[in-house]
Order: sequence, then structure tokens, then C-alpha cells
Amino acid sequence: MEYTKGTVVSVQTIAPGIIDMLVNAPGIAKEARPGQFVCLYCDDNAHLLPRPISICESMNGHLRLVFRIVGFGTAEFAEKKSGDTIKILGPVGNGYPDIDSEDVTVVGGGIGIPPMLYLSRKLKEQGKKVTIVLGFRDKGTFLVDAFENYGKVVIATDDGSLGVHGTVVDAIRELGISVHTVCACGPMPMLKGLASYTEANGGTALISLEERMACGIGACLGCITKTREVDGHSHVKNARICTEGPVFDSKVLDFTRS
Amino acid sequence: MNTEVKLAGVTLKNPVLTASGTFGSGIEFARFTDLNKLGGVVTKGVSVTPWEGNPTPRVMETTGGMLNAIGLQNPGLDVFLERDLPFLEQFNTRKIVNVCGHTTEEYTDAVKRLSESSADILEINISCPNVKAGGITFGTDPKMAEEITKAVKNVAGKKPVFMKLSPNVTDITEIAKAVEAGGADGISLINTLMGMKIDIRRRTFALANRTGGLSGPAIKPVAVRMVYQVAHAVKLPLIGMGGIACADDAIEFLMAGATAISVGTANFRNPGVTAEIVSGIEAFLRDNNIADINEIIGCVK
Repeated sequence: MEYTKGTVVSVQTIAPGIIDMLVNAPGIAKEARPGQFVCLYCDDNAHLLPRPISICESMNGHLRLVFRIVGFGTAEFAEKKSGDTIKILGPVGNGYPDIDSEDVTVVGGGIGIPPMLYLSRKLKEQGKKVTIVLGFRDKGTFLVDAFENYGKVVIATDDGSLGVHGTVVDAIRELGISVHTVCACGPMPMLKGLASYTEANGGTALISLEERMACGIGACLGCITKTREVDGHSHVKNARICTEGPVFDSKVLDFTRS
Repeated sequence: MNTEVKLAGVTLKNPVLTASGTFGSGIEFARFTDLNKLGGVVTKGVSVTPWEGNPTPRVMETTGGMLNAIGLQNPGLDVFLERDLPFLEQFNTRKIVNVCGHTTEEYTDAVKRLSESSADILEINISCPNVKAGGITFGTDPKMAEEITKAVKNVAGKKPVFMKLSPNVTDITEIAKAVEAGGADGISLINTLMGMKIDIRRRTFALANRTGGLSGPAIKPVAVRMVYQVAHAVKLPLIGMGGIACADDAIEFLMAGATAISVGTANFRNPGVTAEIVSGIEAFLRDNNIADINEIIGCVK
């Protein structure tokens, strides 16, 4: 993990409000595993806290960061031009563990989709059969072409304008997609639904969580999630999403308290 | 050039400390900042037993600052003494242990055990706005503040005791005088200002705890004013804090009357900021031909 200055290579809008930014940050890119993230810092001094952004791809010293404009910070990043610098900390978090299963179902919902691209590529490179399920609000999709390089892609939309009408869990159920080993990132209701479906079917769900963060390095205890057992670091039933996570086996998590 | 300062008989190589709760016990920050360069590390509040803290969201950015309602989550004193304090013992820096509790007994039980530890100073948090029982109730009533100070001092042995005060009071000098009367060796100020943020899209509170403590550059002028007032109300040494983000900010607190300063929220924006502030203070002294940092402490009357 390092705290450094990256150089912006390109910034593109790939769907309404969705930004695709390429940053040269060789130290971070070299270390980054799928499922890890970076913290980006605003230039504006009145906006203090880092923004956790997932790593969509990491290649040749570059990080591809795909994020949604949701507020001041992400809007500031979207205004960056090629050659600008950006303060960056990373890679942060545990990332996805090595997976034994030969068949993996990769699930992304909304702005939880980008980090699944790097994971899908790595799984394909390891010779695994990858099935990819992507959930969007509507037909304003992004990154679908890129995912098609790594496995069969199934799309679900909330409004039914493309693919299966419904959630990613609806699509998995309807099409009988395996939930033996599931890797997922997306909004909390989706992750909860997917985890409970996967567990009910005897599978393993490795899910990536998001929470408001302050330090990004495990010191402030801002970004905890509730766990079923006492956590080895905190000695209470809380784990740090930035450090023990963001990827957790759903069986570790206590959704009844969060 | 001398940057050493003295807090209740404890010499610090420089006045730069970390603010409790923003720096853990230094373990996570050690890769970004050389702890040997700091005057000391003030650890996150520790209680006799582990505390789970508040539900999430626990933190939220505000313009020029942030709100937090962590709720003093900590692993408890046993783990702290086995894991955290020994970690800090590897460094040439002072160890200032922040203590929290719900009741007088919880404070005194913790302090009793810490009096036998390698801690250099104990900082007693009687001002957390996010914990309902105890904490803030001790820090907003002069009589209770004096009593808790006496109780803690009784069991602290040789350890200097600094009481950490809340700004959420009508007159902070009253509380300062009360802890001085109770036998405190020093005062830390200020803790966070209680605030609230509404999420207008969800039509609810942005923090699960509804209210949280405001910190960061936004509160610095309030903190400087309170340090100045307390410096003129009591004879005790002060650790000043509240929104310090650079060396210039730190020097304001020293000039207002603080003997040492703590850097908090700024650690979240730059995990190496504390060592940078040490260098910045040295540069200021050099540039202004100040031979001894003690010359500027309380120089603004």
C-alpha cells in the first residue's frame, strides 16, 4: 500500500454519470489484486476524506477506475484532464481470495460492476469457466463488451428494458445459474439477497462491501460491518471493511445487525 | 534550536502528538509516518472491557470537516496492554494512553492497571459526545468533572493525568478550573463539537447515531479561542487540538498557550501529515530565528 500521486491518462464518460478514468500509478498497479480498491483525494481542501473507488483493471502500471458521479468528490475527479495529478492511496483491502472451484459465477450490480472486470479476467486466465451476471437499472449499460471477453454474460435490468426483468438474483434463479461459488459486488440489498440464496443452495458467496470511510487504512473504525463471531482484530463482533474486507465470505457477516 | 517541551514533567522531543481516535495505536500509520519523529502518540480511547461502538454510517464529511460517531469501539484493556502498548514501546516516542469509561469505576479500574504500564501520560476522555452513559456527562458538569479527576488521580500512581475537555459547554474555563481543583496534571482540549447532518434524499440523519462530533479545519478557530481562554484560567499545561492540518495551524495553538498539540482529522487526508508538521515547525523556528520553541508558547497574550 502506498500514498502517492498518480497521473491521469484519460477520462471518459461511458454511460450517463459513469466515468472511466485511467491513472498511471505503477506502485499501486503492480500490487493490486482483484477486489481491492484505492482511495482518491480531492484537490479541494474543504473536502477532506478520501473516496474509496474500486479497481476495475490493473495493467502495465495503470489503474482503470470506473465510478459514478455521486457528489462533490467524484465530480471533481471527473473534471480531471490528461496529465493532471491525483492523490491516491492503495491498493486498499484484502481483495478476492484464490478460488478453488473451476466454475465461478461473478455478479455485479450497478456501480459494483467495475471491480468484477479485473476479477473475471484473472479467473479466465486461471482457466476457470466464468459466468457473469450484471444488474443495471435500465438499458444504459456499461462495460458489457469488456466482460464478454471473459465469459458468458447475463444481464438483468430493474425496468426490464434489457435482459431479465428483475434483479441479478431473479436472473440466477430463472436461468438456473450455479451458485456453487459466487463473487459479487453491488448494493447491499442485492448482496443480502444473493448471499441468502447462495447459502440456501449450499454455495459460497464472496461479497464485496462498501461503507463510509475516513482513514482507509484500518485506524479510525469508521467502516465496520457486523460479524457473527468476535473478530480477531477488533475483539468485538465488528470487522473493518477497509482492512479485513472489503471482500467477505457471507457466512462471516451478520446481516441481522446491519 | 530546541523543540523539546515539557508536559507535567514528561519531556517530549517536540510538541507534535496524534489526536486520540484518529491514529489507532499507530500500527496502521507506521508505514506512512516515522513514529520516532513524533513527540508522542496519543492512542485511541481504551476501556476496561471491549466496546462495540455505534451502528454505521459512523462517519460523514462536511464542508471543511467531518462528523464521526464511532462510539469508542475498542478491543478493551487486555488486548491493548498485550498488543498495542508493546507495539509503541518499539519507538522512541512518548506513549499517551487515552482512557474512556461509562462509570467512575470503569475509569478507575482502567487507570489503576495503566498506572503500572509503560504509558508516559494518561489522557482521560470525559468528553465524547457519542456515548450516552458516562463520557460527556462527566465533562459538562464542573462538580462531576472535579470528582472524576480526583478519583482517577487517586489510582494513577506516578502517571501524569490530563483531562480531555468538551467544547460543548457554556464556559469551558469553569470545567478547566474544576479539573485543576481535582488535581489534574494537565488538560487536553478540545474534543469534537456535537453536530448533525441530514441526508435530504433519504429524509433522515446522515449518521446512524443521529448526532456526531465535528472535527477538522472547520472547528480550528473555536479550538484556538478555547485554548487561549483556558491557558489564562488555569496554571496547568495544555495539549491543544481541533482542526490542525499544517505547521502554521500548530503554531497558532502554541502561541495561544498550548504546550503540545494533537493532529487528528488531518491524518485521514494525509497519513504522513504528522511528521510533515514536525518539519514545518522546525522550518518556522529556523526562518524566524527562534532558538527555543518555548519562547512562542503562550506568546500571544
